Amino acid sequence: MPILEIKHLTHTYSVGTPFQRNAVEDISFSVEPGEFLGIIGHTGSGKSTLIQHLNGLLRPTEGEILLNGKDIWAEPKKIRAVRFQVGLVFQYPEYQLFEETVYKDIAFGPKNQGKTGDELDHAVREAARLVGLRDEQLEKSPFELSGGQKRRVALAGVLAMEPKVLVLDEPTAGLDPAGRENLMANIREYHRHKDATILLVSHSMDEIARNADRILVLKSGHILMSGPPSEVFARAEELLTAGLDVPQITRVAMALRDQGIPIDPAVYTVEALEKQILALRRGGGLC
Amino acid sequence: MLKDITLGQYFPGNTPAHRLDPRTKILLVVLYITALFTAGSFLAYGLMAVVLAVCVRVSKVGLKALVKGLKPVLFIIVFTGILNLFFTPGENVLWALGPLQITAGGLRNAAFMVLRIMLLIMGTFLMTYTTSPISLTDGLERLLNGLKRFHVPVHELTMIMSIALRFIPTLIEETDKIMSAQKARGADFESGNLMEKARALVPILVPLFISAFRRADELATAMECRCYHGGEGRTKLHVLRYERRDYVALSLGVLILAGVIALRVFGK
Repeated sequence: MPILEIKHLTHTYSVGTPFQRNAVEDISFSVEPGEFLGIIGHTGSGKSTLIQHLNGLLRPTEGEILLNGKDIWAEPKKIRAVRFQVGLVFQYPEYQLFEETVYKDIAFGPKNQGKTGDELDHAVREAARLVGLRDEQLEKSPFELSGGQKRRVALAGVLAMEPKVLVLDEPTAGLDPAGRENLMANIREYHRHKDATILLVSHSMDEIARNADRILVLKSGHILMSGPPSEVFARAEELLTAGLDVPQITRVAMALRDQGIPIDPAVYTVEALEKQILALRRGGGLC
Repeated sequence: MLKDITLGQYFPGNTPAHRLDPRTKILLVVLYITALFTAGSFLAYGLMAVVLAVCVRVSKVGLKALVKGLKPVLFIIVFTGILNLFFTPGENVLWALGPLQITAGGLRNAAFMVLRIMLLIMGTFLMTYTTSPISLTDGLERLLNGLKRFHVPVHELTMIMSIALRFIPTLIEETDKIMSAQKARGADFESGNLMEKARALVPILVPLFISAFRRADELATAMECRCYHGGEGRTKLHVLRYERRDYVALSLGVLILAGVIALRVFGK
């Protein structure tokens, strides 16, 4: 059974004013437990609106969201319970830090969950360990840390609630390459060790290509494509006309193909392209 | 959601009401308010209501949006209405219960007061609905220009005003975002007693203040980078110029005020 099921979701902003518009329109898809789903789309394609529905921050204008087969809005009073199961990390989450110490900030979520004492301490330390924060950093003020470290504290604040589904909105935006790689490694680790389901929104095609099992492409509030990376990136031209990018390696493959070299354009990793080129050389297709 | 607050928000359009010079609109609102406070008979209030209705019609602002603007002041309207209704002394007592009494004068006062506040608010909202904040402060600056001779820092004051107006939507959006982020961590803003509710605001206010200071700092740097040094010798991209329609509108405004004053003087 899918862990998350989105059925005919439509969301309309500013109903009844001249600013009325549909941010997402009749979107349906489902997510299996343990899946790593990448979501890509142009700015304004409805990604942010979509993910805010998954933990009940926004209420669908039409359609429904099923978590483990149950409509999350069946009992509106218990919507907080959904938020503990579907953790959402916003864009630039470091701007939500507010506590005196890193430890207290990470503890905010699990405390709201009702955890106390050892259980709370364990949740906080485990989350801090997952994102690679050292023990002495836990007693610092979050405002003393660097940008990348703040970002990791914010991520830990959500991980500490141990959500079964983790939704991330451009978690690596604005970080340096090392920071990006570290953060993605943290996310992969959480995915693996907790059997968590991950939904990752990103503008970096390489990041998506490297991590996602399946990709959802949004365009002006609709689903443009959905499928494994090999299928989605095989339609590179379509992606480019939709104003989106493709992984660097796919670009290289496309350029090689334009030169008349018979390469499958659906490659999106260095290893796959290497294999193809080597095969071509051996087969005498090159030089 | 906070985003749905449309209080005084500008609705873009291209009607005669939108095209009027902002100075004209400010002056008209001043005339309108003066007339409202001079009006002393139902005839005069009727006239003002008709004037407002015509302006609303011309501006094509939905009546719904205008009435929505009354919502936040509903309490004040009801409160003044009740106060005037029960506590106006007079001879012609219609109904009494202990210290409470309704007199003919009270009834009249209450009706006038309620009408006055409603017309006042809808009239001023009509101005903000049809004028962008930038042109509004621009107009204000030009209107107050004369005060510079008395060392009033008009430019600085209006610059502060336009920055403040400019950042209201930004801060609302920011608050919304921070609230969502804390809600995603299970923050609860709805339940609990007053103390608990106040404490629940800390996770919103701390990040909000920090980001407001950061924004202010960045804005100041950006302005300095573009050589901003106050109003001295600063020219405008859009120079305000009175057109024929402005003179017509202003004349009409003065005429209506004169009419209301005449009603007051000769109406007795």
